[in-house]
Amino acid sequence: MCAWRLDSATAPVKTEADGTPIQNRRSFLEVWVVLGSALIGALLAVPLIRFAVFPLLRRTTELKNSPLGPLADFSSLTEPVLRTIQIEQVDGWRKSISEKAVYITKDQQGHLRVLTSVCPHLGCTVPWNKERKLFVCPCHGGTYMPDGTYVSGPALRGMDTLETTVADGQLMVRFQYFRQLVSDKEVVG
Amino acid sequence: MQYTQEDQDNTSSTPQAGLWGWINKRTGIDAVLRVALYEPIPGGARFAYIFGSGLLFIFISQVITGVFLALYYVPSADHAHTTVAYITKAVTAGSFLRSLHSYGASAMVVVLLLHLSQTYIYGAYKGHRELLWLSGCTLFALILGMAFTGYLLPWDQRAYFATAVGTSAASEVPLIGESIKRMMRGGTEMGTLTISRFFVAHVFLIPAGIFSLVATHVFLFRKAGAAGPTDEDPFVPKQKAELFYPRQVLMDLSLTALLIIALGLLCFLVPVQLGPPANPADAQYIPRPEWYYLPIFQYLKYWHGSLSVVGIMVVPGILVAAIIALPFLDRGAERRPWKRPIAMTSYAFVTLMLFGLALRSQYLDKHDVGVAQQLAKQQAEEKEYMSTPFEPELSSASLAAANVQLADPQAAKGKTIFEDHSCNACHGDGGVGTAAAPALIGESRKHSPEQLQELFAHPTAKMTAGGMPPIDFPPDDVKALIAYVESLK
Repeated sequence: MCAWRLDSATAPVKTEADGTPIQNRRSFLEVWVVLGSALIGALLAVPLIRFAVFPLLRRTTELKNSPLGPLADFSSLTEPVLRTIQIEQVDGWRKSISEKAVYITKDQQGHLRVLTSVCPHLGCTVPWNKERKLFVCPCHGGTYMPDGTYVSGPALRGMDTLETTVADGQLMVRFQYFRQLVSDKEVVG
Repeated sequence: MQYTQEDQDNTSSTPQAGLWGWINKRTGIDAVLRVALYEPIPGGARFAYIFGSGLLFIFISQVITGVFLALYYVPSADHAHTTVAYITKAVTAGSFLRSLHSYGASAMVVVLLLHLSQTYIYGAYKGHRELLWLSGCTLFALILGMAFTGYLLPWDQRAYFATAVGTSAASEVPLIGESIKRMMRGGTEMGTLTISRFFVAHVFLIPAGIFSLVATHVFLFRKAGAAGPTDEDPFVPKQKAELFYPRQVLMDLSLTALLIIALGLLCFLVPVQLGPPANPADAQYIPRPEWYYLPIFQYLKYWHGSLSVVGIMVVPGILVAAIIALPFLDRGAERRPWKRPIAMTSYAFVTLMLFGLALRSQYLDKHDVGVAQQLAKQQAEEKEYMSTPFEPELSSASLAAANVQLADPQAAKGKTIFEDHSCNACHGDGGVGTAAAPALIGESRKHSPEQLQELFAHPTAKMTAGGMPPIDFPPDDVKALIAYVESLK
């Protein structure tokens, strides 16, 4: 184990008064030195590694559900309603709050549905056109039904539906971005 | 000079097989280890000699924990406190590592004082060891410098006000005092430049000095040789020597193990607190230094007015000069403490003074009702801050966006128009800019409202090429939009 032990030429084997060879006692001490150093190193290494890998094990960036208002407010919708939600995005020790527009609308069965206002074509914010009773994108003229289904324009799919939940009578939505210019809805980021 | 293969092989006494032999053939590590470990100690290994390597161990631990803390720390007045709060409250083992670094600094001072005392009491500075002593004195000063600069970095109330007092004390130095203070602070007041300066000193400058001086100190120690017990001749050792390895190594390791266990338990059971962020406007806050600066803190209280030069310059100056000059003044071969009454009396006097001053300071704080109450309040505030969960800092981009809601109604209307017409699709939320179009933040500094109106009505060729359409809104809406762009700063 310890190749650098003093060789016999410089340290001739001597014996203590009781006859124990000093060389043996030395080996015993060497074991302690190596064990001791290893233990000290390991004790320090454990918290250091846990500290360094923290961002890999814990989600340091996350999106939270945002409240849209009491469910009752949306029971008698006649057309899509715009709501601005604040999205808190946590990035390590900082967070940023951005605002996103979503539409609360109804699907063909009359169930509530929340659409993102981000156009599935190139990401412009799509406004609701009261006169035409359609969503009309100002950028490239894509149009969508009140429930978000595709009508016309360059987009390859209809407007995207967001995940919703109801908590304490509040309609909550989880905002997400979806890949643009593809026919299937695919979460990004 | 004749040079043979045999000479080269002599660096390792016996040819060895295996990995160790392979490495040794290429590095000569056996010889290095032999030199490192087979230092003869006159009179044999003793527990009295363990403090030097104890210091080296804590220093290495400080370097490692310091480097790891820098994974999350940001040295600026805006973020320093948040990032330390993040380390303390959010990151796994963060509180433990920060405590280890903070208590490690205290442990360093304790072991340093023990090492110094042992050297002094054993007369181990004698016998051509002047430079060894001087390098040690400089290391002492550098380590106190590390403690002083590191203390500010968390930027909480305690750190801010203690450093405000510490840097003010420097201004008491006649003639150049004010300049020293400004140099340390990076201006007349404490601020983000102070953090930068302290950070650079703490992380780059002083450590560089410590690394090179530790190397010098160890080299000079090996050159002079271990001094051995007090009845040993400091010039020519006569007692039977024992090698450093293994018994002295084991003794040194036992101190290291003791330090680790003590520090580990302390960090686990009583983690270092973080107070609320520094609030320079708080006039009530009573700053108190870390324990090792208490004697100086108390001592400085006694000197006012015209006498302060004596207290701040003359007395400490004489003391420091005496310490530095010690091996030049005390040149005899006598090392037994009981035969060195002057040296021992001075040591006892200085030690008692230091303890006395520190205790006096504690006593005064406890018996002044107003001070005691305020200190208790400060402690309660720290406790309360520690009990709240970590709150991430709001990034400035989102602040700018959020502020508009509160500001001028015209700008708020502009923001609604900006969003309703999907301007944010290209110019980004709050006008921060995207890949598709430039940021609008700061545009108002380049263009007057009239110019903006003109650009809205008739975009430049470059703007049109980028996809910007002319804006043909009602005049009121255009005004609101201009007000909004103006508000983006």
